[in-house]
Amino acid sequence: MTAPLDVTGTAAEAQPEAVLQGVGAKAIQGRSLGQIAWTRLKRDKVAIAGAVIVVLLVLVAALAERPFGGLIALFGDDPNVPNQDAIDPLTSAPLAPWGGISLEHPLGLEPVNGRDIFARILSGAQISLLVAFLATLLSVIIGTLMGVLAGYFGGWIDTIISRLMDMFLAFPLLLFAIAIVGAMPDRAFGLSGNGLRIGVIVFIIGFFSWPYIARIVRGQTLSLKEREFVDAARSLGATNGHIIFKEVLPNLVAPILVYSTLLIPTNILFEAALSFLGVGVAEPQASWGGMLTRAVDYYQSAPHFMIIPGLAIFITVMAFNLLGDGLRDALDPRNR
Amino acid sequence: MTEPLLSVRDLTKHFPVTKGLLRRQVGAVKAVDGVSFEVRKGETLGLVGESGCGKTTTGRLITRLLEPTGGRIVFEGVDITHVKQGRMRPLRRDMQMIFQDPYSSLNPRHTVGTIVGAPFRIQNVKTESGIKKAVQDLLELVGLNPEHYNRYPHEFSGGQRQRIGIARTLALKPKLIIADEPVSALDVSIQAQVVNLLEDLQGELDLTYVVIAHDLSVVRHISDRVAVMYLGKIVELAERKALYDSPMHPYTNALLAAVPVPDPRKRADRDRIRLTGDVPSPINPPPACRFHTRCWKAQDICKTQEPPLEALASGHLVACHFPENAPDKPAGVGAHPAEERATT
Repeated sequence: MTAPLDVTGTAAEAQPEAVLQGVGAKAIQGRSLGQIAWTRLKRDKVAIAGAVIVVLLVLVAALAERPFGGLIALFGDDPNVPNQDAIDPLTSAPLAPWGGISLEHPLGLEPVNGRDIFARILSGAQISLLVAFLATLLSVIIGTLMGVLAGYFGGWIDTIISRLMDMFLAFPLLLFAIAIVGAMPDRAFGLSGNGLRIGVIVFIIGFFSWPYIARIVRGQTLSLKEREFVDAARSLGATNGHIIFKEVLPNLVAPILVYSTLLIPTNILFEAALSFLGVGVAEPQASWGGMLTRAVDYYQSAPHFMIIPGLAIFITVMAFNLLGDGLRDALDPRNR
Repeated sequence: MTEPLLSVRDLTKHFPVTKGLLRRQVGAVKAVDGVSFEVRKGETLGLVGESGCGKTTTGRLITRLLEPTGGRIVFEGVDITHVKQGRMRPLRRDMQMIFQDPYSSLNPRHTVGTIVGAPFRIQNVKTESGIKKAVQDLLELVGLNPEHYNRYPHEFSGGQRQRIGIARTLALKPKLIIADEPVSALDVSIQAQVVNLLEDLQGELDLTYVVIAHDLSVVRHISDRVAVMYLGKIVELAERKALYDSPMHPYTNALLAAVPVPDPRKRADRDRIRLTGDVPSPINPPPACRFHTRCWKAQDICKTQEPPLEALASGHLVACHFPENAPDKPAGVGAHPAEERATT
């Protein structure tokens, strides 16, 4: 019997690394998957456009009011100061044409009380992004924890967490939010007024959207734990904690990042919907959803008041979605 | 004879098959069903068999990545069959595993330095001149450039990746290495390099190997003794030369006859045994001799009485009622009707 493979051959002694040995004169720095994803993302023009808008929005929201910048003070009036003189008392619309758009008021004036829309859009951006980011953070923390536990340990832990996720996803979230904000006392947990309302909204959105993250994390963990590097770590004597935090979680960063970026616009829309329904932040604090509610009554006399906050929501959600899609393409785990 | 480094007795692993909401057990996949062998210090034991015969499961049971259903595993005189994971940790330094797929056995998010240095960190082993130096020495030992310390696995070829995996395995200077299909995911040209590397390391570092493979040529090249598995049982265990020159179990014969011959002239005058049918399901394996459903020599006794794994001449262990090439069996019993054997 002859072996198909002559393993004793001298050719087998050739070391392909010998070629690399010469190149290795200068220190070799490997490119991590993150760096590769970044170069790939940079080539995606649409995603970069989304990223630029997202960064601008975050900067604008952060710098809108003192102490960090005071962009509002620079360009317009205080968002909460009425300017009745500029309003036609008969139609409730601004006296000046084009909804009062002028150098002084770049986006015009609000009907009825004549507040500066530009200032209110910036102020509303703060609320939208704050609520969306905090709620996403909360759901990512809970979702990652639950997803990893369910996927890694399996068995009855997985059964309980999976059924819990089904329950949370079946929950009538909007009705629950309306009910809880309506029944809420004026002060609780050391917070009051809008602080309390924002806290409750963040909690409701974050606490009920974790199953979306958890499902993805669970699925990824299920497939990761079958990979041999997990067995390798275990055969080296690694504890479950080590395997979860050092072996599994670094591989989950990419999907978590992608789905958080896609969850943020959903949460922005949800916050706007709650404010539109009157259970978000309360007047006089500006919010995009709240502005839309007020605009409904004046859409004929002051259409700009409806178009502008609508556009703000549209552009923000669009930008986050474009960035999220670009990230997903750049970080695609299939291309490793 | 000195005490064996590893001794496995009647090892079994049954994976439960569950059904319905309450996870009622309706059966079991008998992946490994009563396997016994010993590994002596410094030798290489080859474990061969076709897919699904339980050889990988056996490897994972020995390294305690799976919990055995029954039997006994004794490593260096210590019974590790049901040792808790926490108490197993210090023992793992002496027993390491090489994995089959170099594309999945290295964490893509870690650098080579982190991967090869992981054993030191996990086992909390102090090295004389730091982990980085130790890792670079290991990389050099397996024929890689130590400068590749900061690179990521995806920047390497399959053979290089397997070398990285081997470097990680060697980090803690183990005594026993279980190599689960160490070369089957590699190109044939690279297979030779890795097999030779394993042999060189064995001489240098005084290693003992259990090499699991389905490729008979690889096993022939590297092993001192070879065990053949079929459906969760060892059917034949012998010195390499004895097994390849005079295989006794019909299954071993069939396996060896299936190895392709590169010379077409030699191919013509060789007997070929074509096994018919599929491997039976390990959920419901055939009674008595498990090979009787596909064996051309099967008689009634094969269906009723299980042949034990017995030593024949010169320590050749075989589990068959009618072994071939057996000098100490009556010739008439071992002979088989020629017309049942397909020839080309």
